[in-house]
Amino acid sequence: MPELLKAADLFCERDERILFADLSFAVDQGEILHIQGANGAGKTTLLRRLVGLSWVVEGNVTWHAPVADGDALDGNRFWYLAHRPAVTLLQTPLENLAFAMALHNQVLAPEALWQALSTVGLRGYEDVPAHSLSAGQQRRVSLARLYLDLPEVRLWLLDEPFTALDASAVNQLEQRIVSFAEQGGTVIMTSHHGLHHAAVRPLHIGAPL
Amino acid sequence: MIAILRTTLTREMTLAFRRRADLLNPLFFFVVVVSLFPIGVTLDLAKLALMAPGILWVSALLASLLSLDLMFRNDFDDGTLEQMLLAAVPPQLLVLCKIISHWLVTGLPLTVLSPVLSVMLALPAKAVPVLMLSLLLGTLSLSLIGSVGAALTVGLRKGGLLLTILIMPILVPVLIFGTSTVQAMATDQPWQGYLALLGAFTAGAFALTPWLTVAALNVTVGD
Amino acid sequence: MWQIFVRWFHKCSSPKWFYQMSKPWSFWLGWAAFVLIGVALVWGLAFSPVERVQGNSYRIIFIHVPSAFLSEAIYMTIAIAGAVGLIWRIKLAFYVAKACIPIGMTMAFLALATGAIWGKPTWGDWWVWDMRITSMLILFLLYLGLWALHNAMERPESGDRAAAILALVGVVNIPIIKYSVNLVTTLHQPATLKFTEKAPMHISMLVPLLLSILGFYLAFLAWMFIRARLEILKRERKALWAQKEIEQLGGL
Repeated sequence: MPELLKAADLFCERDERILFADLSFAVDQGEILHIQGANGAGKTTLLRRLVGLSWVVEGNVTWHAPVADGDALDGNRFWYLAHRPAVTLLQTPLENLAFAMALHNQVLAPEALWQALSTVGLRGYEDVPAHSLSAGQQRRVSLARLYLDLPEVRLWLLDEPFTALDASAVNQLEQRIVSFAEQGGTVIMTSHHGLHHAAVRPLHIGAPL
Repeated sequence: MIAILRTTLTREMTLAFRRRADLLNPLFFFVVVVSLFPIGVTLDLAKLALMAPGILWVSALLASLLSLDLMFRNDFDDGTLEQMLLAAVPPQLLVLCKIISHWLVTGLPLTVLSPVLSVMLALPAKAVPVLMLSLLLGTLSLSLIGSVGAALTVGLRKGGLLLTILIMPILVPVLIFGTSTVQAMATDQPWQGYLALLGAFTAGAFALTPWLTVAALNVTVGD
Repeated sequence: MWQIFVRWFHKCSSPKWFYQMSKPWSFWLGWAAFVLIGVALVWGLAFSPVERVQGNSYRIIFIHVPSAFLSEAIYMTIAIAGAVGLIWRIKLAFYVAKACIPIGMTMAFLALATGAIWGKPTWGDWWVWDMRITSMLILFLLYLGLWALHNAMERPESGDRAAAILALVGVVNIPIIKYSVNLVTTLHQPATLKFTEKAPMHISMLVPLLLSILGFYLAFLAWMFIRARLEILKRERKALWAQKEIEQLGGL
């Protein structure tokens, strides 16, 4: 499978401690890269560098087609789900999902949004303000976009996506990630939760656990 | 693209209305500050009329400043700001939507309220339309320029206080142009020039600030 | 040809080169400044003739004018250095900009203070809201904002970029401030020294003033070099050359 990401000589220092140095890796299309490490090892920092939000990590990061726009990422081609679910609490799940679509330059039919919310188990909660949902439900709101049919999106960058999810939701997300990879999508995720599948490649940061 | 901007603008306005308390704060502040001046300074209407343009303008600017910090704060706190910076839509347009909605929710109501308050300060009636026009442009300038300051300080503790210090020097020309316009009108002097300057300043800010604000947001988010 | 330029550009934007290059310069410039300012002040304070209208109080001009000039020149320097740093990502530009901020702030404060001291016997008031003074006050507030922003950010790199953005917003604004404050009638005298006209001052007052201005500029350069060197050591402390230098200076 063609190469999607090349990272070379990554170096990260925080508070006078070196988190990682001389880190180099490549990711091919269809792979699931699972970044592992202890708390504070720099997983989120690394992911944010890959996405282009943070420049604390020094080194070279090159993205290739089809997700690239030059060297960096093309906004149409990926989803980035951060540790905070990016759910606006004063809005309903439906509004949140619609706004996420708008940011992605997509206007979808309301039925598609309802369907996605129903898939993640939020049927009946579509019009409830997000602040009255539990933490797990709020995370599901942000995960709902992964269940939409958007053929342009070929890359997912997920930061601790399993946080606060119950066992059935965890299973569902695992299956979704695997099926996305089988269709040729690439997933780069950080998680303390182990994901077992042939396509998963671990990348360990920091001292061994 | 238009649909996206409409969605974003609708979202901003909806959120503003759901935070009604935040909406009314600047307006209350405006009324209170303007009311305090006659009580604290002078009850003589002739003297108040002289000071009216300045008092109205300063109070309107300060009231607008109050809600400036909120422009990005909520989205920064829940992570939506990052998503905006990573979006497929140019972030400058999203920022412009935020600025416009801030102005619609703060500057515009202040402008609408100003004729009522101008009566309290004995501003000559003929100066009121010019006052409203100048405030309309001035509060828009404040929202535009203030967005750069808000973007720089949203990630900081006590960011609100620093915001005021940072933005204050830049607001001086706006204040001077605005009050000169109204004063000129009130004293039957040519006022169009000052208003034109204010308009030019606002137009310039409109063109430049979205880029500066996005650069500032990138710095804040990457900190 | 282009290769030569590119190599020169890379050399000049290296903090290590700047560190080493500036050492002798700051030494000699510093002493030259000391001499110039000393001569200018002694001449101006003791030997220049008494002014017809203001008497002896005009003598503060030898500090007031240079500090006013310098505060504005330094702000332009900070803005340009910030722009260079943002556009071409040259760290050295950020270090220089950061080093200039306290110097500019001091100059602005000095201009305001000496102006007030001068204003009292001349105009009767410590403070007057006039064009020049208001602009200088705003400039001082801009410096204050830059410094506050640097210190407020978590990482120094973020502080560099944030301050550079703020400096750019301010610099676009400075001509506007000057123009807009012009709308108010001025009590402060208009510019006495213009490049294009013959100076209206007598030569016995003009020469010490020019010497003083030159001395202040050299002092700024020397002081900026010293501050920038310190900033370079702080930021580049992981580099080998920097560690050797720190050890040589006596360790951390």
